[in-house]
Amino acid sequence: MKPFDYHRLASEEALGKMEAGRYLAGGTNLIDLMKHQIETPDALVDVTRAGMDTITETDGGLMVGSQVTNTDLASHPAVRRDYPVLSSALLSGATQQLRNKATTGGNFLQRTRCQYFYDTTRACNKRAPGSGCDALEGLNRYHAILGASEHCIAVHPSDMAVAMAALDAVVHTRKRDGETRAIPATELHRLPGDRPDIDHVLEDGELITSVELPVRPPRLQAYRKVRDRASYAFAVVSAAVALDVDDGRMRNVRIALGGVAHKPWRASRAEEMLEGQQPSAELFDRAMDAEMAEAKGQGHNDFKIRLAPRTVVAVLRDLTEVTENDE
Amino acid sequence: MKAIKITVNGRTHEAGIDSRRTLLDFIRDTLNLTGTKKGCDHGQCGACTVIVNGRRINSCLSLALSHDGDEVTTVEGLAEGDELHPLQRAFIDHDAFQCGFCTPGQLCSAAALLGEFREGLPSAVSGSHTPFVEEIRERMSGNLCRCGAYNHIVDAIAAVAGEKR
Repeated sequence: MKPFDYHRLASEEALGKMEAGRYLAGGTNLIDLMKHQIETPDALVDVTRAGMDTITETDGGLMVGSQVTNTDLASHPAVRRDYPVLSSALLSGATQQLRNKATTGGNFLQRTRCQYFYDTTRACNKRAPGSGCDALEGLNRYHAILGASEHCIAVHPSDMAVAMAALDAVVHTRKRDGETRAIPATELHRLPGDRPDIDHVLEDGELITSVELPVRPPRLQAYRKVRDRASYAFAVVSAAVALDVDDGRMRNVRIALGGVAHKPWRASRAEEMLEGQQPSAELFDRAMDAEMAEAKGQGHNDFKIRLAPRTVVAVLRDLTEVTENDE
Repeated sequence: MKAIKITVNGRTHEAGIDSRRTLLDFIRDTLNLTGTKKGCDHGQCGACTVIVNGRRINSCLSLALSHDGDEVTTVEGLAEGDELHPLQRAFIDHDAFQCGFCTPGQLCSAAALLGEFREGLPSAVSGSHTPFVEEIRERMSGNLCRCGAYNHIVDAIAAVAGEKR
């Protein structure tokens, strides 16, 4: 690691008086990136002891401090009861050791695990803007099929963020001048475009302070992760689904995909086709076919174009108990 | 150099350290407690697993400065005097290692796992129909063993966890 100064933030309010620096939370990704010298901050500001580590039940919702660990969030009784898709997504990620250290805010802001981003001898527009993208002609089995650009086909690695996107969670931030804002989880990350070096919409020095889980989430929820081994592997494809079924019709349908794009991918087109309709396998297929209309493979990851919709359809069938077989 | 105070295995240490020093290097090189191993140094193998304030973490991915005031247990802190921890006894009884390099991490991980069972923390496979060994395998997935002693490791942990669950 390159030398850096280390400071500790005492409270949210002290942010304005703090030295500038890269925020350090659990460090499970940032410290690793610093060892690889992919991240070389001059200073770190440790935000783990600034009082942002509690979960508060609000009027029907939940306010989660950004420094709540993945373990504590996944294990919280209210999360397990009302937001099982989130608990399930968190538990499907990483290992117990990492979940014990990784935080809610840090999980959102972790960087891609694209091997060309990690390999400093290779071209990567995310790590070294303008250098090119070796993944395009390289090993791209894990890469994006939706929303990618000619500059970057990396995917966001988080499971948690996929569930947060499906739940319409809201990310609360604070800037150094004290200004606060609320960002929908679905809008926190950006697509690569011609600036893949920028992962998210946060400004320099803007800190995630908490994440708000909405009141009355849909009752039926599930997270399914497809991966190359049963534990401790990033998703090849994952799906977070939440919906209600009232009087035989689907309501509040929310579908988010992981492992397919530079951000958690809300399947808005499919959601619209399902909303208010009666569940059926044929409709599920049609909705996801529509969602995947613009999907584009890079060679090794072509299989995701079929795997992603099938994963969603399987979850939808489970949740709505549709057993008919149309194949 | 910055000053920190960390309690390791019940003994409090104060030291001035470089900000780059990881908790792992602090334990091994500053305190000379070399039971904790540096395997991959990237959070992938689990050989560096220690218990901090009751929770197991990868000490290689954590700055020592982030642990000012924390209580750490390493493999050296599991036994009580000459009395081995039940997991250590079980690892011997079940032949749960070959080269032994991953063993300190396996033991610390398993010791914390017993606490997680007591706390009722869920895992990705938790459910009424999940076989106990599947629970253990999932919860121990952060500790690799390149000798492949997994079956015996799971047996050893099950033998101890089964009694205490």
